[in-house]
Amino acid sequence: MIEFSQVTKQYGKVKALDSISFSLSKGRIIGLFGPNGAGKSTALKLIAGLSRPDRGKVEVDGQNPQAAKSKIAYLPEVDYLYPWMTIEGAACFIKAFYPDWDEHKYKELMHFLNLEPDMKINKISKGQRSKAKLLLAVSRRASYLLLDEPLSGVDILSREEIINTLIRDYREGEQTIVIATHEIGEVENLVDEVVFVKRGKIVLKQEAEVIRQERGKSLVETMKELMKGE
Amino acid sequence: MDFAADRPIYMQIIEDFKRRMIRGELKTGDKIPSQREYAQMVRVNPNTVQRAYREMENMGLVETLRGQGTFVRVEEEMLMAMKKEMAEEIAERFVREMKDLGFDYEDIKMLVEKFLHKGGQSND
Repeated sequence: MIEFSQVTKQYGKVKALDSISFSLSKGRIIGLFGPNGAGKSTALKLIAGLSRPDRGKVEVDGQNPQAAKSKIAYLPEVDYLYPWMTIEGAACFIKAFYPDWDEHKYKELMHFLNLEPDMKINKISKGQRSKAKLLLAVSRRASYLLLDEPLSGVDILSREEIINTLIRDYREGEQTIVIATHEIGEVENLVDEVVFVKRGKIVLKQEAEVIRQERGKSLVETMKELMKGE
Repeated sequence: MDFAADRPIYMQIIEDFKRRMIRGELKTGDKIPSQREYAQMVRVNPNTVQRAYREMENMGLVETLRGQGTFVRVEEEMLMAMKKEMAEEIAERFVREMKDLGFDYEDIKMLVEKFLHKGGQSND
């Protein structure tokens, strides 16, 4: 379980997260939705243990995120891979740090995503780079998979491959996936639960099926309604 | 298949299976895809598929045999009931929409008769 209790994170004078509290239960796929600058990436970084809250507390399975790091795989929005590395080189790098690396899955997924081990990061397309990032994050058998804008700037075919990969490898009941994105349409059918974030606050946290049932609206429509005036 | 984004997906999955059963595309004893296969086919959250399959089991439409898969198990009586239920939904929606357009009882009846007549002729 991921738990935020009255978490505030500030960058200068801007409150990226403004005293938010919520919890995400285990074994589900959660959408963290909101416009750019709403605080989604900040929230993911706090869960990944890459930054600390100014006030309040973030816990993963009752632990400090830094202590829970071995359970968490994080796919940042930015290009974090060294440009001169090959995919295989980057994989070796991660392998050395995380004992939950699954070599079999890595090889199988590499093939499925049409990637090659000796592809150089700076020589491949943006879509391939995004797929490589996903490959490296998903090849760990982490209980928590945090994806920051996994589809942004990716062509439609690679998008489909990324989504297929997530569904194919999802471990029901044990794996928790958090997808932070402002492009909801593509992942609409993928999420169990949605947290809508606006200006550092949570405006709605609800089951996706309940939103459809009760509002008679898609998640995209719901987001438009909630974000009016942004 | 494409799901409507404004209605619960697990319900649409169940409807899809029901429709196939009514049309006879799926019969008792037929094996349906595993939950994972189906989730990948329609690109939907595996938890949602799991819910749809569980509800179909509870409704007595399918049966999961350990280690063998999920099979259709629908009795004639149930099939007739489903057919009737679906027909009623269509009729209800039709009447509601016609009334919304401002047609009254006689107008609707006449229109339906006209199309029934047409349909009858073309089938001859």
